[in-house]
Amino acid sequence: MMKSNDRQPQDCFMIADHKFGSRLFTGTGKFANSELMADALKASQSEMATMSLKRVDLHQKSDDILRPLMANAIKLLPNTSGAKNAKDAIFAAQLAREALATNWIKLEIHPDPKYLMPDPIETLMAAEALVNDGFIVLPYMHADPVLAKRLEDVGCHAVMPLGAPIGSNKGLVSQDFLKIIIEQANVPVIVDAGIGAPSHAAYAMELGADAVLVNTAMAVSPDPVAMARAFAMAVESGRMAYLAGLGQVNNHAIATSPLTSFLDGV
Amino acid sequence: MSSFLHQISNDDWHQTQQSFDDISEDQVVAALKKSQRGLELDLAEFQALISPVAAPYLEHMAQLSQQFTQQRFGHNMQMFVPLYLSNMCSNICTYCGFSMENKIRRTTLTMQQIEEEAIAIKAMGLDHILLVTGESERKVGMAYFEQALAVLTQYFSHISMEVQPLDTQDYARLNELGVESILVYQETYHRDKYAKYHLKGKKSDFDYRLATPDRVGQAGITKVGIGCLLGLEDWRTDAYYVAAQLQYLEQKYWQMRYSLSFPRLRPCEGGSEVNSPMTERELVQLICAYRLYNHQVELSLSTRESAVFRDNMLKLGVTTMSAGSKTQPGGYANDEKSLEQFSIDDNRTVAQVASMIKDKGYQVVWKDWQMGLNQH
Repeated sequence: MMKSNDRQPQDCFMIADHKFGSRLFTGTGKFANSELMADALKASQSEMATMSLKRVDLHQKSDDILRPLMANAIKLLPNTSGAKNAKDAIFAAQLAREALATNWIKLEIHPDPKYLMPDPIETLMAAEALVNDGFIVLPYMHADPVLAKRLEDVGCHAVMPLGAPIGSNKGLVSQDFLKIIIEQANVPVIVDAGIGAPSHAAYAMELGADAVLVNTAMAVSPDPVAMARAFAMAVESGRMAYLAGLGQVNNHAIATSPLTSFLDGV
Repeated sequence: MSSFLHQISNDDWHQTQQSFDDISEDQVVAALKKSQRGLELDLAEFQALISPVAAPYLEHMAQLSQQFTQQRFGHNMQMFVPLYLSNMCSNICTYCGFSMENKIRRTTLTMQQIEEEAIAIKAMGLDHILLVTGESERKVGMAYFEQALAVLTQYFSHISMEVQPLDTQDYARLNELGVESILVYQETYHRDKYAKYHLKGKKSDFDYRLATPDRVGQAGITKVGIGCLLGLEDWRTDAYYVAAQLQYLEQKYWQMRYSLSFPRLRPCEGGSEVNSPMTERELVQLICAYRLYNHQVELSLSTRESAVFRDNMLKLGVTTMSAGSKTQPGGYANDEKSLEQFSIDDNRTVAQVASMIKDKGYQVVWKDWQMGLNQH
């Protein structure tokens, strides 16, 4: 039984064979400078951060993004952003594995540069190929419950459904479908994209998501470090509330039982 | 879906130009209220924001533009530099320093010179380049580009080209060779006046040039940049057609990325005509209006503009900047002014501009592409 006043060691969660103490993952884009990024990531207590392969200078180990992550022992989750199809994504994943010495990959395929909607068909194809090639695949996907099961079936180690379009800060507009995904999943569900406020992150955790990934809301905040702390607290409190068990929401009070009270006299 | 050419042939330039006079302040306020709700504006609302009656609302527009740009692009500024390969040109364009009639020394870089330029540019820390040429199909055509790209792809992660309009199959080939984006500016959307400025050469074909972004899209190139030469004709009307073409392209080529540039006419060899002068205040109005109209489009500001202007604009909607630019072939390895296309205004070095960007609280993005990523 989980005590509700503290984060317990057994509340850690696993992706593949890696144990995470924090359920908040972060991105590395959009920060004003790498020092601010490093400070924000530290304040978030995040243990894994994603970075775009195309943005990293693979020939230079002193790269602005990689250096602070490595110094703080934050697990690298390279992503395939910029890929328009399965072949692009596989190319990017292989390049990332070679250059960054990790077989973890956040699979992102968005052929539509405007809303950055993930392509479900190409994502499933790439996921299967990458799993077979030995990758730990975390696919960014639309909040589509069937697709989540299909990605799980081909061996993905987690699924990352969107709350709303990337960078939109709109919150969990896909919540009805996220609930189904969470209910059905046998792998961790990480809500990614659209989380614009700590309350959104707390809500995702209350719904039973295993983790959330937040980038824009921290990086673009006037005070990214304070915002990162706020997210850390929100994720923890949302998780705690989920474990404690939320009360049922009713639209009206149920004081009496007018339809079944006759049974008392039977 | 009908072509953009068809769409604008039904649209009378003069009617569009005159319609700016009918825009009321109420329309401007309504557009800004919509924008404040986080929504993108439609073409009519964009038109209202670049109209003269919107001028008093500039500060409000700038604040919204900054907010949307930061949310989408973060505190980032992409940096690139143009690499002029040749100033050979068989066009006569009345506003351009490379115009065939101008008695300037003509040169086309050899492969060895290209490599020297690449090394000099790389030493400045840059990883994104824009290849620029005049329009000389015979000497600086596809065969030349193939050779040049074989050299340059060894040095740079992202290569853009601003060269003569090509056929679809040529763009497809450039895509295979590692070119990620094509810039092609219509200069003016005024068909009759276009003929007046482009007296001779292939560039005088208005229709072929206008359909160039379509051919780029059909070839599967990642990004196309469009724009007009502000000052040739009524800048508001031209800017309106740029926005209209962007809308058309986005709907038709939904996988392409887009960028807009807003070059104002600059002094050059042979003189230039500025029929519709645009003030810096008006340029800010236009840039902010483009951002409120389209939150995702990349907005690029070149060294044509002054250092003071660029320093202040980097927070107001712009996403991409050039720096340390030389507009003459061979200029990085060997700076010789007599060959340049136009004189730039912001003459600071790349390091100076990068330091200014950092001081403003932005991160310089040197690399944001991986060569080979979209060549599958």
